[in-house]
Amino acid sequence: MMGYLVAILTFVSLAVLLGLALNIQWGQAGMINFGLAGFYGIGAYTAAILAKHGVDGFTATAAAIAVTAAFSAGVSLATLRLREDYLAITTLAFSEAVRLVLMNEVWLTGGTDGIRDIPRPLVGVIGGEHYEVAFLVACLALIAIVYGLLERIVSAPFGRALRAVRDDDVVAATLGKDVLALRVKAFAVGGAVIGLAGALHAFYFTYIDPGEFAGFVTVYAFMSVIVGGKGSNRGLMAGAVTVMILLEGTRFLKDVVPVLSAQQVASLRLMLIGVGLIAMLIYRPQGLSSEYRLSARQPAGAEPGS
Amino acid sequence: MRSVANTMWDPVAFRAAEGDSRDELPVPAPGAASRARSNVPLLETRNLAKRYGGLEAVAGVDLVLSHPITGLIGPNGAGKTTLLNIVSGVERASAGEVRFRGRAIGALPPHRLAALGLVRTFQISRELNSLTVLENLLLARPHQAGESLFGLFARPGRVRREEAAAIETARAALQRVNLWRLADAPAGSLSGGQKKLLELARAVMLAPRLILLDEPAAGVAPAMEEILIDTIRGLAADGVGFLIIEHDLEIIAALCDHVCVMAAGQILTEGSFAEVTADARVVEAYLGLKP
Ligand SMILES: Nc1ncnc2c1ncn2[C@@H]1O[C@H](COP(=O)(O)OP(=O)(O)O)[C@@H](O)[C@H]1O
Ligand SMILES: [Mg+2]
Repeated sequence: MMGYLVAILTFVSLAVLLGLALNIQWGQAGMINFGLAGFYGIGAYTAAILAKHGVDGFTATAAAIAVTAAFSAGVSLATLRLREDYLAITTLAFSEAVRLVLMNEVWLTGGTDGIRDIPRPLVGVIGGEHYEVAFLVACLALIAIVYGLLERIVSAPFGRALRAVRDDDVVAATLGKDVLALRVKAFAVGGAVIGLAGALHAFYFTYIDPGEFAGFVTVYAFMSVIVGGKGSNRGLMAGAVTVMILLEGTRFLKDVVPVLSAQQVASLRLMLIGVGLIAMLIYRPQGLSSEYRLSARQPAGAEPGS
Repeated sequence: MRSVANTMWDPVAFRAAEGDSRDELPVPAPGAASRARSNVPLLETRNLAKRYGGLEAVAGVDLVLSHPITGLIGPNGAGKTTLLNIVSGVERASAGEVRFRGRAIGALPPHRLAALGLVRTFQISRELNSLTVLENLLLARPHQAGESLFGLFARPGRVRREEAAAIETARAALQRVNLWRLADAPAGSLSGGQKKLLELARAVMLAPRLILLDEPAAGVAPAMEEILIDTIRGLAADGVGFLIIEHDLEIIAALCDHVCVMAAGQILTEGSFAEVTADARVVEAYLGLKP
């Protein structure tokens, strides 16, 4: 049971990181990333391939972050220079392209067989026995760091400019904001976090194949952001946990209703998840929490109404 | 030492206090008087045109802003907003050129124009809905260290100081238009007239040299019209140029040193308010009669 809990929490941690990334790209900057899974795959494969070639885990993770951020910047720049509303479709196409490359460039990625026995960082020091717990602790610590950095970004003038671009990019531009640069930066920051999650994914499972980086990863991230409340990082964490509870909780359905076949249970699961999301959208459309807003009452004794 | 509230309405002093890094154009001597004497007009368009398919919304406009406050009037559909869209970089002209303080700006995107000191408001208010009233103003502040990813992590002290100073400046601007009490309200929750005033206050945060206003008084309550007029006058006295599109001719009469009349995409006539309103062609254009 303990092992199961640790596994689930690690899985939730990865989902939280992906959600945090989408929350700055889509929640703050209004940029739809339907190709999140592809960027996740780039992060995971970068870390895995480097680790297999003897690069240490930390360097491999740093490389995964940098490479995924660079791809994110490149894809968003190329798209936005043409037309900003194409981003949803180009990211989707991009993630398909990534999947095809992962499946077909066997020399690099192992093709559909994937990559096995990815060496875990510090496994010699920590030892196999406690590794899973230590890994979970590391994940939680990384979430804390990422959360702190993102909160700083969101509450700074940079975050305010992102929300302005999201609300009305023409107005933001007439007020002196370089809309293209802001969007590319927001997408790259999100990409960096996705790259980190990808590296953790590779090291946690020690085995990756192209099928793991398919659309459902993207869907879960969007669900987390919607449930949590677009733009709020705190809400996002609650949202990601809620979504994972829905996903995992419904797994036990087969024990509760033993009369149903495995296939029926699977369908029922999807139905329940859908109903849960719809209920959420009806009763709390703004999500669990709302985004950062500066208050004039807080800073430097400035008080409205005076 | 001047108070922030005073410097706020004096863009030159405001910029000096900021440590202005706007280096692309020579800085003119402050004050409206010297501007009037300088022979480079603040804004100049030559043979400007904009076609939408078969419709020529702007059809060869030569406009020279050589007065502190210029009015632009004309019937609906005359092309006033389109002209303003082109000048502010929101739309590209089909032909012709625009010069801002002597420099050709036709190819520059809006954010570059804003950095040069040219800012506009919108006929249909475009407040940033999910930002608060105060955040709308803070956003417009130029050269914020906290707007770069590097600056916000590497220079937290500077970001904090700039933000505190920006809040003081914004407070003065909002108090002026009676919106400070709503500082924390989402801008989307304001009334139509309040949104207009918010847009003006927001434009002022850029410490601009020229403000283009598209129907600033539309929907503004009569009590607030006074505030609007006073605010514009105060800014103009400090050397900010204005081009004002407005249907309320009383406001045009009260504010403008010079009035251009537009009809069917062209400048019909221009002169003082008394001159243009006495012109028979202007009356015809407004009544929709064919001259
Ligand atoms: N984006 C557009 N596409 C097509 N026609 C437009 C567009 N914008 C404005 N127009 C047309 O151009 C003409 C001038 O419009 P506008 O500049 O808004 O006039 P005004 O501000 O003087 O009322 C109108 O006939 C209008 O319908
Ligand atoms: Mg108009």
